[in-house]
This record gives sequence, structure tokens and C-alpha cells, in this order.
Amino acid sequence: MTDVTRTDTVAAAKVQTDARPGRLREFWSYFSENRGAVIGLVVFGLLVVVAVFAPLVAPFHPNEQFRDHLLSPPAWAEGADTRFLLGTDAVGRDILSRLIFGARYSLFIGVVVVSISLIGGIVLGLVAGFFRGWVDTAIMRVMDVLLAFPSLLLALVLVAVLGPGLVNAMIAIALVAQPHYVRLTRAAVMAERNRDYVTSARVAGASRLRLMFVTILPNCMAPLIVQAALSFSNAILDAAALGFLGMGAQPPTPEWGTMLAEAREFILSAWWVVTFPGLAILITVLAINLIGDGLRDALDPKLRRS
Amino acid sequence: MAEPSAAPAAAPLVSVRDLKVHFPILSGVFRRRTGAVRAVDGVSFDIAAGETLGLVGESGCGKSTTGRAMLRLVEPTAGTVRIGDDDITTAPPGHLRRLRPAMQMVFQDPQASLNPRMTVMDIIAEPLDEHTRLSRAEKRDKVLDLMDAVGLSADFAGRYPHAFSGGQRQRIGIARALALNPRFIVCDEPIAALDVSIQAQVVNLLEDLQARFGLTYLFISHDLSMVRHIADRVAVMYLGHIVEIAPRDDLFAAPLHPYTEALLSAVPEHDPAAEATRQRIILTGDVPSPARPPAGCAFSTRCPKVQPVCRTTAPATVVTAPGRAVACHLVAGPAAAGSVGAS
Repeated sequence: MTDVTRTDTVAAAKVQTDARPGRLREFWSYFSENRGAVIGLVVFGLLVVVAVFAPLVAPFHPNEQFRDHLLSPPAWAEGADTRFLLGTDAVGRDILSRLIFGARYSLFIGVVVVSISLIGGIVLGLVAGFFRGWVDTAIMRVMDVLLAFPSLLLALVLVAVLGPGLVNAMIAIALVAQPHYVRLTRAAVMAERNRDYVTSARVAGASRLRLMFVTILPNCMAPLIVQAALSFSNAILDAAALGFLGMGAQPPTPEWGTMLAEAREFILSAWWVVTFPGLAILITVLAINLIGDGLRDALDPKLRRS
Repeated sequence: MAEPSAAPAAAPLVSVRDLKVHFPILSGVFRRRTGAVRAVDGVSFDIAAGETLGLVGESGCGKSTTGRAMLRLVEPTAGTVRIGDDDITTAPPGHLRRLRPAMQMVFQDPQASLNPRMTVMDIIAEPLDEHTRLSRAEKRDKVLDLMDAVGLSADFAGRYPHAFSGGQRQRIGIARALALNPRFIVCDEPIAALDVSIQAQVVNLLEDLQARFGLTYLFISHDLSMVRHIADRVAVMYLGHIVEIAPRDDLFAAPLHPYTEALLSAVPEHDPAAEATRQRIILTGDVPSPARPPAGCAFSTRCPKVQPVCRTTAPATVVTAPGRAVACHLVAGPAAAGSVGAS
């Protein structure tokens, strides 16, 4: 018996010394292999820094008007005022400052929408997948109804009912994103709940709540993290779309979609007023999608080399 | 019907009577019940305290389902299971949770049966969290004691299951099963997923622990030589029925049921001379579907000694000697008691 113990000890000593940092390091090595994901992460990091320190970074207050500099072109163009790096809009506000403050709104929207839909999706999906039967049927049919509508149209209807505004827009977008989380969680829970380790927790006498949240949920998180990252960008895009349609953040909020809407009539005469908010949305969404793809590759065991 | 099929000498700790597990077959648009898979179809046996009952049979004969139904991990369709004075089959969920400490299980696949997101410490302590009110330090001491008992170094407590070999993982599983001082453990093919060199270590560990803690085992396996090593008595299952149950030595020396004979003839001899003269009984055909079991004796479609009566009437279980019973028309015993094949 002692002999056995010794050989086992030697065998295990060869394996990693500690699993937790080992797993993180392994994750990073897979993630960093994807160059696009790393670039996305750097861009997103810069965006977060800019948003957090907006009052320090921005040259002007976002709502400050320079009435003798209406529609001033960007700094490198002819007849520009070099104080306004990306030019000014129709009422003489500095576009760069507005974009910097707008980053705060976009990130805030992303975080709030993802949190609401993630928490709701986890609870509903866990209940549906764990209990099955009529509870499952009821929850999933409601989700199917939500999925049957085009997402932006449904969000528009919801905002029309709740009244326009940034908070209502976020609630609407979170509701529209909900079914994806529910389905994903349910599928993962159904795959995990008949595994032996769940049975062994039942033999140990674990309660249903413990089985759901302590035993099963941590093993279902990988696809949810990926979905959260990808829907973060979707939320920003939807919020911009609602803002553009006048149903999201209201002027003079420097939200990117709202800025686009205000600049609509100058598309032909002053290209910079529409281009820069559009580019800001594009770059942010692209960066987050790249991160999401990298996360998926790093967390998907099927794509790993053993 | 519910007479003891083969009572051991001591008072039984576990007694199973006419246990049935039928899984419904649903079909059609309205998911109506159109039939049932009779995974376990009327099984009765007793296990004495401190005894090991080996349960053998080929894949799909209902061994694992029997073990799981005894712990109510699968809901039994009919029959009773008693462990000590407690009726497991009728206990309401809350009461069943309080009965859990007495009955535990060791699983076949140690990789799948350990939660990959929990450390060894958390895994072994999980039953303690649920059933005891120990302080953090007491729990830690208890877990380290258990790890020591199964031959794991205390240094491993903070590691995750993926960092261990198969044999070590099975030791973790055994330590968890022991945490609540159970009386009865269902070992569901605990060595089938292990390397041959590790199998003996784990079986020896199970024997050591049995002697030390006075455990009672139901040892489910298809490895006859391992069952011969560890079991006191052996029950042979075929298509949801127990066809023969007997003390180990009697069974291996003189099998009574034709199926047991065929099963034992497949075990290789370690002596080359004996191996050369070994007479194999090769069964023809496949195991019938448990959804449509044959009329009469379940084994009648493949039995080399089949009689006309076998195809029409299910054989009664006959007690041939103390602790020994067989369900076959060819065996006439002193007294007939109960029938195993009630289908």
C-alpha cells in the first residue's frame, strides 16, 4: 500500500504544480495565438481608458458650442481650425470631444445590456434545462415568440411602448437579446445534467439549488462568456440604431447613434460629421467581435490541440 | 412472490424485493406510451452486513440500472429496497436526502464523476457540507484523514481532478463515498475504466476499507475474475432477471444455470495446460431487446439446453441450497420459492 502511494505521488508531481494559474496561462497561450483577438483587446483597452478618463482626455466639454466655427472641417483639411482635430458639427461642438464622451455611453450600454440578458438568460435557461417538462416548454415557447420578430423591430416596438430614452432602449435591447442566452444555457445544462459528476453530487445529497448553481452552472460558462462578448457589440450597434431612429438617447447626449442622426442632413456637404461617429462604432464593434472570436477559439475544447 | 430468493446466514442489511425498472417508450405526435424497456424486471436479493455481493452479466442486462435504482438515482417502477430499517423506494425527497449518508456509490468513469471545476478538497467535502455542521478546520481534518485512508497525499488537496491519473481519480471518488461513514456502497464497475495494472490496487483498497470500516458492497462488474477475487456471493443477471445467485466458490465450481455455465466458460485459465483443454460454450444469436423480451424464460432464445417448456413458461426461482438459488426449468430443488421471471 505504501509503495502504491509513493508511485502515485511521483506521478502527480510531474503534472502542473497548481491548476488555477496553469489554466489561466493555458487560456492566454491559446488566446494570444490569435493576432486579431490581441489587436481587438488592445483597441478595446484603449477605448476603456479613454472612456474612463474622458474629462481629462477630451479637449473640450462635449456640449460646448463655438458659434463662429460651425461645420469646421478636420484639422488636416483646407480652411480648418487646428484646435478641432476632427472638426465641429452643425452647432459648433467639437466632434472629437463628443466621440470621447460617447465612448462612455457605448460601453455603459454594452455592460448593462449584457448583464441584464446574461443574468436573466442564466436563470431561465438553468430552470428550463434542469427541470424540463412543462416549465421547459413554457419558457422556450415564450423565447421562440421573441425570436420570431426581427430584433430591431421588436426593440423599436418596446421603446415605443416604454417611451424613448437611453434606459428604455437598454431594457428593450436586453429583452431582445434574452432568448439567445436562454437557449445557450439550456443546451449546456441539458448536456451537463446527466453527467456522472452531477449524479455523484445527488448521491452526496446536494439540494436542487446547489446542483443548479454550484455543480452545473460553472461547467456551462464557456459558451456564455463567448456569447456575452459577441452580444456586447450587438448591444452597442442596436443602441446606435435606436439612437439614429430617435428612439434611444435624446439630444444633446453625445451618443454615437444620436450624433449620426443629427448629422444626417450634412452627409453631402460636411462628410466628417457623419464619418467619424460611424467609424467609432465600426472600430469598437470590430474590436469586440475580434475578442469574441478569440475567446471562442480559446475556450472551445474541440478546437484545441491536446 | 416476495419470498427471499436466497437468504444469507446473517440478518440482511440490504434487501431488494421484486425490483422493476421499466423505461417508457413514447411515440407518435402525442408522445403516448406505446411500450416499455424492461431494464430490470423483478429482481430480488439480500446482502448481509459486511458482505460483498458481486453482480455480473453482459452489457445491457440491467446491472447498473439495478444499482442506481437501489439508491433511487433511477426511479423504480415497482418493488421495494430496504437498507437497514429504512424503505428507500417510498421515502419522500426530503427524507431521502437524510438517508443518503448511509448509502453511497463509486462510479465507473472517475474522470466523468468528479466535477472538473472543484478542487479535490471541495469534492471530498461536498457530502460533509450537505450533511454535517463541521467548522472549516474540522472539515479540513476530516478530508485529509479520508485522503490518507485511500492513499492520497495531503499535498493534492488543492488540485483539480484533471491533474490526476485514472487510479488516483478513482481514489478521490472512493474518499468522497466514504466521507459520511456509509454502511452500504454500490460500486458500479469501479475498475472497468482503469488500466489493468491499477485495477488490482483499487480492488485491494476497496477490500482494505471494507475490513476497516465494516462496509457492505454491491460490486457490479463484467470482469468475472475480479468478482471471483472480491465477492462473497455472486448474482448473475440476464436481460433484467437474476438467473442464478450463489456463494462465490459454489458458483465458480459448479454453475447450475446454462447461462452461468456459458459465462464462466469464457474466462481464460491462467494455467496454459488447463487453458488448452478449456471447453468454451459459444452462445449463438444476440441478446433479445428488453423492450420485447421473449415469452417464457428470458434465456430461451439462446439457451443450448432449451426445452419446449422454456419457451412458454417463465421458470420459478428454486432454492437449491442455503444461500443458493437458480431460475431454470432444468434444475429441480427441494423447494420452490417465488418466481424471478414474472414477465
